Amino acid sequence: MSPIHYVTLSVILFVIGGVGVLVRRNAIVVFMCIELMLNACNLAFVAFARLHGNLDGQVIAFFVMVVAAAEVVVGLAILMAIFRARRSASVDDANLLKY
Amino acid sequence: MTTLHTVVATGALKLSWLLLAFPLFGAVVLLLGGRRTNRWGHLLGVAMPVAALVYGLIAFFALLGDTHRSQDQHLYTFIQVGRLTVPMGLQVDQLSISFVLLITGVGSLIHIYSVGYMANDPQRRRFFGYMNLFLAAMLLLVLSDNYLGLYIGWEGVGLASYLLIGFYQYRNTAAVAAKKAFIANRVGDAGLTLAIFLMFSEFGTVTFTGVFGSVGSGGSGVATALGLLLLLGACGKSAQVPLQSWLLDAMEGPTPVSALIHAATMVTAGVYLLVRSNPILALTPTARLAITVVGAVTLLFGAIIGCAKDDIKKALAGSTMSQIGYMTLAAGLGPAGYVFAIAHLLAHGFFKAGLFLGAGSVMHGMNDEVNMRKYGGLARLLPVTYVTFALGYLAIIGIPPFSGFFTKDPIIEAAFDKGGTSGAILGTCAVIGAAITAFYMSRVMLMTWYGKRRWSGEAESGEPHESTEPGAEHAGAPHPHESPATMIWPMILLAVGSVGAGAFLILGQRYEDFLGPVTGFPPTSHGIWSVSGVVTLILVLLAAGLAWVRYGRVPVPAVAPPGRPLTVAARKDLYGDAFNESVLMRPGQWLTRLSVFFDNRGVDGLVNTLAAAVGGTSGRVRKLQTGFVRSYALSMFFGAAVLVALLLVVRL
Repeated sequence: MSPIHYVTLSVILFVIGGVGVLVRRNAIVVFMCIELMLNACNLAFVAFARLHGNLDGQVIAFFVMVVAAAEVVVGLAILMAIFRARRSASVDDANLLKY
Repeated sequence: MTTLHTVVATGALKLSWLLLAFPLFGAVVLLLGGRRTNRWGHLLGVAMPVAALVYGLIAFFALLGDTHRSQDQHLYTFIQVGRLTVPMGLQVDQLSISFVLLITGVGSLIHIYSVGYMANDPQRRRFFGYMNLFLAAMLLLVLSDNYLGLYIGWEGVGLASYLLIGFYQYRNTAAVAAKKAFIANRVGDAGLTLAIFLMFSEFGTVTFTGVFGSVGSGGSGVATALGLLLLLGACGKSAQVPLQSWLLDAMEGPTPVSALIHAATMVTAGVYLLVRSNPILALTPTARLAITVVGAVTLLFGAIIGCAKDDIKKALAGSTMSQIGYMTLAAGLGPAGYVFAIAHLLAHGFFKAGLFLGAGSVMHGMNDEVNMRKYGGLARLLPVTYVTFALGYLAIIGIPPFSGFFTKDPIIEAAFDKGGTSGAILGTCAVIGAAITAFYMSRVMLMTWYGKRRWSGEAESGEPHESTEPGAEHAGAPHPHESPATMIWPMILLAVGSVGAGAFLILGQRYEDFLGPVTGFPPTSHGIWSVSGVVTLILVLLAAGLAWVRYGRVPVPAVAPPGRPLTVAARKDLYGDAFNESVLMRPGQWLTRLSVFFDNRGVDGLVNTLAAAVGGTSGRVRKLQTGFVRSYALSMFFGAAVLVALLLVVRL
């Protein structure tokens, strides 16, 4: 099998995620874009694991999922707190920590 | 040159540390004891020097009966670091025992005198504490068997001198004079310190025997450097030109202090140092020449200053400088002069202390007036003081058979015997100095004791000069009166010394034979009368006659006349202070100002500019922290991109 399609898909997903993080203001969307980037990585890992015929990449993919799950828990909790304080989910409104 | 054959002390000399212990004990008790010791403090203060004198006499006779006249008492090892080992020991030999007897003898008399002189001073206990401290330090100075111990004593006497010059602390002039003395001495001490450093680096030892034993192998350059550095040290302590300026101001201290420290003992420490270092000086004609020049210049310098001073103590202080100039001159002449330097030093200790105590006695009777223009006609009123002062006067100007004649003339002869142009110049200076001495001492005599009484009318104005000392009798007209017995007897005993010391030491070459083993014997011996001696005597009589014409025949004006340029210069200490101020102090001030400016603008400026630049830059860079998550994300993105790109570049 040729990995090129998998890698291409992975890159496309990663770029979508990255651009989303950079350009979107809504915290939820930013969050989802981060998940998209993580999953693009997972795809690449799994594809290469399959290519090389060992399980290392798959194991790492599981790790990434676990980390992503934990991150979602913390991140959504923070989002909730910010939303309660500011009545807004825009990341630009949470800009107090600056010079 | 004879080398010292030092042997371990035996018999009575094993206890030579007692000499230091007595006055040190007195000082500790009096200074730490506080007011509790006020009532009997002065008695302890007198008992300690007397005890030291008694032990000094025992040691002296023990030494006389011993064939090994240089005995070393090792006390303990003072310092042992690496190559440096300094044993603390006391060396009793002919030279040091001479000083011990002078210090404890004259010291005891002056302590007894002070009991009367300071009777009304509430701080008398502190005074005696300092005086005992001085004696302890001075004895350490002359007894130590190494240069470091000598240095400790040297600094100790400097400290005691500082404390005693500034004894009347509430008087600004006294405080300033004390500081001046301390600082001027510090300059000289630097010379002595460097000399000790040099000894250690060259010879690895600072003991007298060690240094003198190896100085010959060090080359003449080292010996010359050592000789000049020691001369610098001696100049500071002995008030020789160019470090002479402090001695005249040091007269701010109580009169017994002037007599003991600034006439008889401490200021002669420089001469002791030079004579003690004779094996070093033997190797360096250059340093010896420098020493003679310093001595000759100082003896004229002090004598000229003495001529113009109206303050009796300052006139005597100028005289002290001048007489120490003679000793320094003699010390520079090598073995021909050492013995006479020390003999003159001992005789000078008697007559100058006597003169100072006489001056103190006059001040005691005159409401602490020191201006001789307000004296006059006191001979009848203070007969005992008058007679003792007159004997001291005859001794200092060198009238035979008084002691100055016997001890000063050999110095003049030795200067001429040096030969060559330098010998002639030095000898001529010494003769002229003797004549000037006769002039100013006659002036002091005439102004103080003879002529009309210039004080009765003057004192009515109710403002006696210098009557701020406690113990001064109350302001108003002075009632000159003879001093109490405790003050008179020391003066009488010192007068006996002024009369007899010179003849006793010089006649029959007694002192030459005694001191010779330490310093070397004078190469030629003279009779009592010599051509230069007769010429000197004639000049002395002429100068005394001139003084009579100026101050005896005509009345002395109560206010100083303006005077000729030389008189004006001499009144200002021959511009010694002005010279120091313009050549040393002002440039020093400019240097410090320049340094402060450079420090503020240069060093601090550099540091401050750097700090401001960093602060300003970071203030601007801070603006990057906008607080917007997306901008951070963007920078992370670019960072990661760069990282990846770099990895690719490196890999490929």
